[in-house]
Amino acid sequence: MAIVASASQPVRKHHAASRKKRLLSRVLIYGALLLWAFVCLFPIYWTISTSFKSALDVTQGHLIPWLDFQPDWKGWRSLGLSPDTILQTSTARAEFMSRFGNSIITSVGASVLALVLGSLAAYGLSRFRFRFGWMRNDDILFFFMSQLILPPVVLALPFLVLYKALSLLDTRLGLILLYTLTVLPIVIWIMRDQFNSIPIELDEAAFVDGLSIWGAFFRIVLPLAVPGMVAAFILSLVLCWNEYFFAALLTSTDAKTLPVMVASQTGSQGINWWSMAALSTAAIAPLVIVGIFLERYIVSGLTAGAGK
Amino acid sequence: MQNSSPVADDRHDSAASHRILVSRKNAGRALVVLASLGLLLVLLIQILHATGAIAAGFADWRPILYGYLLWAIAFGVGQVVARGERGLRALFLLPAVLFTVAVVIFPTLFGIYIASLDWNLSSFEGPHFNGLNNLIGLFHDTYYWNALGNMIFYTVAVLGEYAIAFGLALLLNAEIRARKFFRVVFLLPLMLSPVAVSWMIGKSLMEYRFGPAATLARNLGWDNPAFFASPWAARLSIEAMDAWVSIPFIMILLLAGLQAMPKDVLEAAKVDGASGWQSFWHVTFPIMLPVSVTVLIIRIIFKLKLADIVINVTAGGPGGATDTVSSFIYRVYRDRSNVGYGTGLAMFYLLLIIIFLTVLLRLSKRWTQKVA
Repeated sequence: MAIVASASQPVRKHHAASRKKRLLSRVLIYGALLLWAFVCLFPIYWTISTSFKSALDVTQGHLIPWLDFQPDWKGWRSLGLSPDTILQTSTARAEFMSRFGNSIITSVGASVLALVLGSLAAYGLSRFRFRFGWMRNDDILFFFMSQLILPPVVLALPFLVLYKALSLLDTRLGLILLYTLTVLPIVIWIMRDQFNSIPIELDEAAFVDGLSIWGAFFRIVLPLAVPGMVAAFILSLVLCWNEYFFAALLTSTDAKTLPVMVASQTGSQGINWWSMAALSTAAIAPLVIVGIFLERYIVSGLTAGAGK
Repeated sequence: MQNSSPVADDRHDSAASHRILVSRKNAGRALVVLASLGLLLVLLIQILHATGAIAAGFADWRPILYGYLLWAIAFGVGQVVARGERGLRALFLLPAVLFTVAVVIFPTLFGIYIASLDWNLSSFEGPHFNGLNNLIGLFHDTYYWNALGNMIFYTVAVLGEYAIAFGLALLLNAEIRARKFFRVVFLLPLMLSPVAVSWMIGKSLMEYRFGPAATLARNLGWDNPAFFASPWAARLSIEAMDAWVSIPFIMILLLAGLQAMPKDVLEAAKVDGASGWQSFWHVTFPIMLPVSVTVLIIRIIFKLKLADIVINVTAGGPGGATDTVSSFIYRVYRDRSNVGYGTGLAMFYLLLIIIFLTVLLRLSKRWTQKVA
């Protein structure tokens, strides 16, 4: 619809040829956009719809509910989350809920901790000049950012040994500490960008009014930095929620997170497609919702410091 | 900035403030020294306890963690007491630095030590020192070198991801309706967990018998759409999944770059009669080069950590064709429980990454400066 509408109302009068060309380019642009939208959405649609299918519908490749197949709560029943089973006790649901809870606690905990540590450091790096041996501000920033290149495998095995000694294996605290470390550089980067955009005159005015450095930080600067904090928080949340490698190595029963549960189910052969699909849907649902409603913050978090 | 903030002590007369400063300085230092001694004492007791020299001690090493936390607090307080205003400033940076030292620097150094051990966690024997044996063994490990070779493929494939992402960014930057809708949709794959994607795409969409992707491939004329049977098909399938997840990231950064681009340059190109292709190739692309290089480097850094999808879809197969270094080390640990050798492999990989990225940054600096 939009193609015709925009192409049939040219601002200036065009020759027939250029008009045709314009129409063609519109068709190509929207064709490409729709194609990629399909590529992005189909796997998600497939997963959600499969959780409502029976074995026959899966093997025959039925795609459209009500037309092709009769949707049924099959997958959700096996998780204990369908309307008819939600009130009954279900071991599958209990396990799912505990993994879900672990994922929430670890990702929120790590994001909060990273936000606190990162915001303080970012404010310091943005406002004061530090000297630590030969290291100046830029070196300290580089020191923090350089941890991004550290692949998880380098830390995973030493942490396995250390956590065993500290009895932090299979605990949520252990995961929180590790996740904090993986997102800290990103938080510092976003928050430094945010603080740099707040004029330093505001701090100086606060000092004149008799506030201490920390008073100025908490009462004047921090409230202005909320957009950056929200962006950093949401981005960290997404990264921690999806983290698999550390969780797979360092948790076994108590602190298992959702990705580990999904992975352990995929590993077993002959798993029912519908219950796997329901589990995957439940695992990605929070993030799909975040992606749809908080997209603005994710984009601003990702693009912090870019193009400046 | 040093003189921008009033210091309360300045108002006292200099001699008195000097005396106070000296005593405060000593008090602060004493606190730090005391705390350090306390931490060392606890550490010493625990080491002696662990080696069996003395009976008194703790059941595990957890108290050392609490000790470090207390020491960190004492260190911070000591800084403020001893250095006043400057200590208060240092307090902003200290938590992050001390945290990083505890969870990155120390484990990495510890890892270098572990890498020199022959240590099977599942056996009761405990660690043996075996010097450079892990390093020598690594050079004869064909699977490891194979995984490194695969990393080259995956890294080069970033260029393909970049090309697609650039196309999408240009599309989103064009005059289109429903831009917001498309942006949200294009971003969605980035939000999904790679593990869920492994199942959603790798294990079900690409399933040989009745996955829709296999059905589509059959209809397109591929008789035997086994995505994970032959080495190259498997490698490309893994790469396709990883690309699906990460293209949005590149796209968003490129889109931000495109939107920050000065509009008048493109207008000028249009006035000069440049075609769409020409103005892209001679105007847009060169202006976007610094952003592109930055995005590519960030993406390569993340690519070098690729593991989740490989572990969950192919577990490195067929015959190690899809192995990444991370997924290989993961299996070395899972199958053989050999922490020492696994860490050795990881440390060597880290070394390679550092060398590679240093060279890359050097080279790219020239590229970005040429245009900027």
